[in-house]
Formats: sequence, structure tokens, C-alpha cells
Amino acid sequence: MKKMKPIVRGLLFLLVGAFVGYGVGLGLDVLVGGRVNFTASIAGYFSLLIGVALFFFGLVGYRTITRGVTWQIFGTLGGALFVTGIRAIMGLKTFVPPFLFTEPAWVFGGLVGVICFILGHGVADDWIRMARGVDVPEHREDAPGWEKYYSPSLDHKVIGIQYTVIALILLVVGGTFALIFRTELASSGLQFLTTEFKLFNQNGLQFYNTLMSLHGMIMIVSILLGIAGLMNYLVPLLIGAHDMAFPRLNAFSFWIAVPAAVLLLSSLILGGFDTGWTGYPPLSAKAPLGIQMFFLGVFVAGWSSILGALNLLATVLRMRAKGMTAFRLPIFVWASIATSIIAMTATQLIGLSFQMVMFQRLFGMGFFDPAKGGSPVLFQHLFWFYSHPAVYVFILPGLGVVSELLPVFVRKPLFGYKWIAMSSLAIALVGFLVWAHHMFTSGMNEYLRVPFMYSTLLVAIPTGVKFFSWVATLWKGKITTPMPSAFLFVVGAIVVFLMGGLTGPPNATVSTDLHLHDTYWIVGHFHDTLFGGFVFPFFAALYYWFPKATGRRMNETLGKWHFWLMTPAFFTLSLGMMRIGLLGMRRRIADYDPLQGFDATHLVLTIAAFAIALSVLIFIINLVTSLKRGEPAEGNLWNSRSPEWQVASPMPAHNYDTPFEVVGEPYDYGLPGSKYVEFAKK
Amino acid sequence: MRHYVIAGILVIVAAVLTYLGLEALNLLPVAASAQAASIDWLWNWEVMTISFLFALIVVPLVYSLVVFRRRKGDTTDAEHIEGNTKLEITWTILPLFIVIAFAYMGAYSLAETRRVDPQAMVVNVTASQWAWSFEYPDYGIVSKELYLPVDKQVVLKMQSKDVIHSFWVPEFRVKQDIVPGRVTELRITPTRSGVYKVRCAELCGTSHYAMEELVIAAPDVNFMAWVAEQQGVAAAAQTPESKGELLVKTNCLSCHTIDGSKLIGPTWFGLFGSQVSLSDGSTVIADEAYLAESILNPSAKIVAGFETQIMPAFTIFTEEELANIIAYLKTLK
Repeated sequence: MKKMKPIVRGLLFLLVGAFVGYGVGLGLDVLVGGRVNFTASIAGYFSLLIGVALFFFGLVGYRTITRGVTWQIFGTLGGALFVTGIRAIMGLKTFVPPFLFTEPAWVFGGLVGVICFILGHGVADDWIRMARGVDVPEHREDAPGWEKYYSPSLDHKVIGIQYTVIALILLVVGGTFALIFRTELASSGLQFLTTEFKLFNQNGLQFYNTLMSLHGMIMIVSILLGIAGLMNYLVPLLIGAHDMAFPRLNAFSFWIAVPAAVLLLSSLILGGFDTGWTGYPPLSAKAPLGIQMFFLGVFVAGWSSILGALNLLATVLRMRAKGMTAFRLPIFVWASIATSIIAMTATQLIGLSFQMVMFQRLFGMGFFDPAKGGSPVLFQHLFWFYSHPAVYVFILPGLGVVSELLPVFVRKPLFGYKWIAMSSLAIALVGFLVWAHHMFTSGMNEYLRVPFMYSTLLVAIPTGVKFFSWVATLWKGKITTPMPSAFLFVVGAIVVFLMGGLTGPPNATVSTDLHLHDTYWIVGHFHDTLFGGFVFPFFAALYYWFPKATGRRMNETLGKWHFWLMTPAFFTLSLGMMRIGLLGMRRRIADYDPLQGFDATHLVLTIAAFAIALSVLIFIINLVTSLKRGEPAEGNLWNSRSPEWQVASPMPAHNYDTPFEVVGEPYDYGLPGSKYVEFAKK
Repeated sequence: MRHYVIAGILVIVAAVLTYLGLEALNLLPVAASAQAASIDWLWNWEVMTISFLFALIVVPLVYSLVVFRRRKGDTTDAEHIEGNTKLEITWTILPLFIVIAFAYMGAYSLAETRRVDPQAMVVNVTASQWAWSFEYPDYGIVSKELYLPVDKQVVLKMQSKDVIHSFWVPEFRVKQDIVPGRVTELRITPTRSGVYKVRCAELCGTSHYAMEELVIAAPDVNFMAWVAEQQGVAAAAQTPESKGELLVKTNCLSCHTIDGSKLIGPTWFGLFGSQVSLSDGSTVIADEAYLAESILNPSAKIVAGFETQIMPAFTIFTEEELANIIAYLKTLK
């Protein structure tokens, strides 16, 4: 046992735990339901939780994250039993098939579980000590080696990597969901997700809807954690801070996202839901139990977003290096500021709208129930007030990465730095005024449609400024050859995001949107914006900064395979989606009319989706093997002016040994003798 | 300067080719309504603009990637160009005019799709999980499919029984959600005969994909023939019992009940064939003759316990209607 690698031990324990959990759940289900049901939700739920807990036990022993997950299990059970007990006293139903506990018991249990995770994991320990009046040292050393990544580390670099890794894990999970339903869609007629299919108390159609809905939200959370990873790792380095402004809050922001992800995934098992990620009532008011876990998961993930944004703004406002004035900030920092303003002030609205549906279900409050005087359309206003600006939360950091890397590889200053910086802010602010363009067909007051068309089209202007400035940066540059993977992904991001940008205005002009709304055209359009605004820049950033984080370079050959497989596959996917969308393919359908003649296109889309998955697999293999065997990264790898590349890789524990002063412009490539930063003498 | 000329020519060539290519693809399904015309007009302008902007960005980008590379052995940086304020202002202001033009065209095109014909035929649409139902109040028809006369505006008054649905026939272009608790409206003027399908566009639960129904647009004569046929079917479907039920519902249920509870008068549940105690102490079997008499001349036999209630005589019914009512009363068991 002792010689076994921790990861192997963890996986072995995972199998055992999943098996034992399945048995326990099956037993409970028989007790309540009175018959053996091998596809029961309860069996799946216990299988997942106990499996995950034992996996981490194998990895790190009963510490930190293992303790967190274990406490979450017992907290959930305890909370659910508490409510069940109260219900028993009140003479209400206690244990009911098929989910063992009643809905209120599950919701309360889920919430208690999250709190217990935080307490068990220890990320709030310092605050508890402070509250009790015990002295807490300002600084806490990290556990050695791998363990710091499972522990409540206070180092922004560790937290940045934690965020990035969990974002990649969720990217894989959400992508796998997409592959499953993409396979189902490969031809018309129900293939394997049929009405005979049974899993977790759902038939094939319900399962399709659950996967489709979760694909959306898992990817959104993955993106939110991914940009948090980039911002956490990079912003303090770029502005010369030794850490974030509030390191404990930073750790909390990350770790609260972990039980949130568990809750989100548990909705798959607890009956699923058929509402899409938007969760519109009255459909969501009638959906199975899974919708409550989904609401709760998003609600908790929202705390992570809000607190993370607050922390970032405080850091940028207070902890910049000497001489780093507003217009000498690295451009990525400007993008982070714009994103954080939105995340800090708008996330509340999605939490609120979901909470209101939650309460409508739990307490019979009729917010969105027309029979009780509520309005289904009100939900859409509240929901989109966050969920449209959220799109800019997803893409602004990615566009920041593009602007940040472009001058390095083109060896030329960023064209119109101030304009690009201000365009991020403009997008963020105009973004608050456009939400109702998601509702042109919703039946809201029809005169509102015209002003929202104007405001929405205005977004094209700052976005256009970015494109024109990028092209002007490339023009007459001296582009580094051979082009590194990071640069390829930057170029890919520009072209893909351009596709997303150009397909936007037809959705903004009301009359054309009457045709386009709720079709595959929209699906293709937003996959373009999110791949161009997040996925491509995210990969570019990982190829570019991986050496900074690990001290080793990623394999360039595999990187090129990744790029040249993913890019054409993605173009095929998104253009194919838009093509059939225009011809009448609706969104979110489990099957389509063979008479529409979409079979061939759908087959191509499915193949393209698998090609993208393969390219991501290549990336992950590259990532893992480069950690140990990558070529050592020495010196200023990319010949960048940015401060983090002027010191050794991997970055020292407390960032810069000596503080630096900003003495020039950030992107003055080609200006002889100029420098961006100057380090103080030791 | 040479670079600008070459790239400029390439931009124009690429823009034209992109536009012609997209046009050749027939991006939209056939346009089968008057509303589609104004939408497709705007769409065409948008495709043109998209083609141009696509070329405007992608051509210089690819041109730069090919031409402006660092030569082998060169370690110097590029020329130090920080920006150009005039250029930035230009590409901020020009797009501003373009988007305002498009917003104006969008509003105009929207107004066109909303043009009201006061003579429009009303169809009441009911959407539910997962079915459509179409009622033609002018003709007293309820139909599973939507049959429309060509070149005549129809106004759909749409209601939902459960969750949000959305009415969309791709060939008609326009789309409108159907929200529970309200009536939403959509105006369509079919211009092209054909068989289409209405496809629910708003996710409405697990079988959302299957919420499709035939929509047939045909010349007015065909439509009127269809109406007559449907009316015939509707009339044939009526039985004495169902006709009687309608009469009872409109005339009797403010005093009598059909579920066994007591209102002003005695209930009719299980009445036929039972023994009825009268106010004078005698009993009578409730047969057809008794029921007919009690409707035409209520005070002839008064049921015990209802002496204080006086029912007016219902001599308005024809012989046939009376028989239909009694046929319906027989079913109340």
C-alpha cells in the first residue's frame, strides 16, 4: 500500500467508494420504494459522493479536501434529516420515493452541506479563530508539494492554478455531456436516449434534456472559474503586488465553488431537469427535484464570482507598483477591471431570480405563477439582467489576453492602447442596458423592443474598435516565426470571435431576430463568441504562461496538432449549426423532423464535435506530460516587456524579491532603449 | 503604399466573393408570408454588411501573417507605431452611423411585420405540453392543424395551458412566445400555398421536439371548402346527449346540479329511473314523461323539500330539444 502512487490509490478508492455507495443507496431505495431499482437516483447519489470522498482520501488522507467532502456528505444528510424530523412532527410526509427525502429536505440539506464543506475543509478556520479572539499570523506557509493544491492555500498563484484546473475538469465534464447528446443527434429518430432508456429515474428524453441543460451551466461555471484562474494568477504579477488584497477571501472564493460544482452535478442524478440553463418558469416550477440542486449550485457559485470580483478590484485599486498609472496598466488588467465590475454588481440578479423560483416551489410564493398574479416574463427580465452582461464577463478577459499577447508576438506596440482599454469599459457599461434583446419574442411590452435594439447595436462599436486596433497592430509588424502555439491561438481567437461578432447584429435587429430567436443559428453564434472570447484565448494563455507557472515549456508539436485539429473542426461545427438554424432547426430539441433534411449536416456536426474533443485530449496529454518532462523554461521566453518575465520561472513564492517601478509604456516594442519596469537594487 | 493597395483590392474581391457565395447558398427557407418579405429585405442588407466587414478584418489579418513576418536571423522589433487617433475616431464614428442606420431599418422592418389589417381572420391558438389546437370562432371549428387562406391576414390569439411555448413557422419567419395567463398576438399573411409546420420554439419540457403540427396555406376557395368539411364533421359528431348537455349548461345549472349536491332545486345526478318523493306524500318513478312534465309544467308535481321554490315553466324548448335534454339526463349516473 505504501509504495502505491497516490493517484492510483485514489482511483482504486474511488471504485470501492462508488461501489459501496451504490449498495447503500440501493438499500435505502428498497426501504422507501419497496422494490429493487438499479437505476435509482439515490444509489447514484451515494455512489458519487462516497466515491469522490474516498478518491481524495486515497490522494491526501483524511485532511483538507477529503474532510470537506466528508463533512459535506454528513451535513447534507444531517440537514435533510433535520427538516424531515420537523415534517414528521408537523405530520407531513417524511421519506418518499424516488428521492428518499422530500424536496424541502434536499434543499436545506444541500445548503447545510455547502456550509459543512467550508467548515470541514478549513478555509474559514482563520476567520473563526479571529472571531474567537485568537491570534492569527498574517502569513501561513503552504503545505509542501502537491498537497497545497487541495488545501486552503493563501497564495494567489496556487489559487489561480486551482481555479484553472477545476475549470479544465468542468470543461471536460461539460464537453462529455455535449458528446453524449451530440451522438444522439447524429441522425433523426431517437437512437439510444429512447423512452425505454432508464437512468437516475429519467427516461431517455428526460436525460437528453438534463444533459443539454447541464452542458450549458457547467460550461458557464467552467468559464467563470477559468477567467478567475487567469485573473488570480496574472493580475498580482502584472501589477507587481505580492498577493491579492484579501488572501483569505480569495481562498474562500475558490473553495466555495467546489461544493457548488458538486451540487450542480448532483442535479444530474437527483431526477435531472428539462428547462435548459435558463430555467424559465413555469417550466422550472414544475421540473423534477434536480432543478433545485441546479438553482442552489448556481446560487452558491455566484458568491464565488461576486467575492472574487470584489477582491480583484480592491487589489488593482490599492496594490499597484510605483508609477503604474491608469494608462500604464497592462491591458489584461483593464479587461479584468471591466469584467469584475459586471461580476460584482450583476451576479446578484441571477441568484435572486433562481432563488425566487426556488421559493415559489418550496413555499408556494407566486412570483412567476400567473394563477397567483405573478408574471413569467418578470423572471426573464431579472434573469437576463445578469445573464447578458455575464457574456461580457466571459469574453472580456479573453479579449484582454489577445490584446496582451499580440504585441509580444508582433514585436510592435499595441495599436491604440487607450482605445482598447476604454472599449472594454464601454462594453461592460453598455452591456447593462441590453438585456431585453433576449426577449424580443417574449411578449414583453412591444414598444420596448426598439430602444433595446438601439442599445444592443451600440455594443458593436467598442467591439469594432478592438478588431480594428488588433488588425492595425498586426499590420507592418515583425511576426515571430515559426509561430508558437500561443500565437496561433491568439489569431484563432480573433477570427472566431469575429464570426461571433458579425453574426450578432442580425439578432439585435428585432425583425430578423423574430426568425433567428431560439434556433441553431443562435447556438452557433454564441459558441462562436465563447470559443473566440474564452476558449481560444484561454488556451493561448495556458501555452503562454504555463512555463511561468511550472518552469517548463509545453510541447510545441502537440500544441500545433491541438490548434490545427480544433480550429477547422470548430468552424465546421459553428457554421453548420448556423446553416441549419436559418433553415428551421430549433434549439434544445432531442430529435428533429427527418423531412427537414438535416441528417447529413447533423452527422458532420457530431464528427466535428468529436474532433474538438480529441484536440482537447491532446492538449491535456501535453499539459500532464510537460509538467514533468517539458523543456525547462529559462529567462525571458517570449522576449516580453512585462515584469513577470523579467524574473525566474517558476515564479518565486512571494512574487518579486525586489519591488519594481514602472518607468515606461507597457508595449513600446521597437522603441530602442525603452523599458516598462525597472527593479530596485537589492 | 503598395501594401495598402494590394490589401484594399483583396478586401473588395473577398467581400464580393463572400457575399456571392452566401447568396448562392440560399440561406433562408422559402418566404411564404408578407411578413417574411420585409424581414428578408433587412437580412439581405445584413449579409452584405457582414461580408464586407468579414473581408475588411480577415484580409489584412491574413495578409499581415503572410507578408509581415520576421525574416530568419532578424532579431529586431518592428517599427514603433503607437496608434493613430484620427483613425480610431474614424472607426468609432463610421460604425456608429452604420448601426444607427441598421436600427432604423430594423424598426421599419418590424413595423412592416406588425401592419394591421382590420379585416383579419381571428384564430384562437391553444398551446399545451405538447400539442397545438386551433379554434376558428367565425366558423365554429376546432382543428388540430392550422389551415389558412392565402393573401388574407390572420391574427393568432394565443394562449397556453401550462408553460411558455412559442409559435414559429420557419417559412413565415415571425415568431411569438405564448405566455401562460395572457393572450399574445401574432399576425401572418400567407402569400404562398404549401404545407408547412408550426414548430414550438421555446423549450417546453421533455417532448418539446415533438410539438410540431401541420400548417396548410391554400387559396381561399380551398380554405372555404375545408371549413365546410370541418363544419360537417363537427355537426356529424353531435349526439342527442351532447346537444342536450349544451342546453342544460346554458339554461339549468344556476338552480340544478349534476353532481349530487343540492342547489336551489333538486340535483339531477342519478335522477332518471329513481323514486321521487313528492310534497303531497306520494312517490313517482322519474321516467321520460315525468321529466318532460316537470320541465314544461313544474308545479304539477313538486318534490318534497322544495315547496318554497318556484320554478318557471320552460316552454321555450322544441320537442327535439326536450328529447335531447332527457337523453342527457339519462347519462347522469
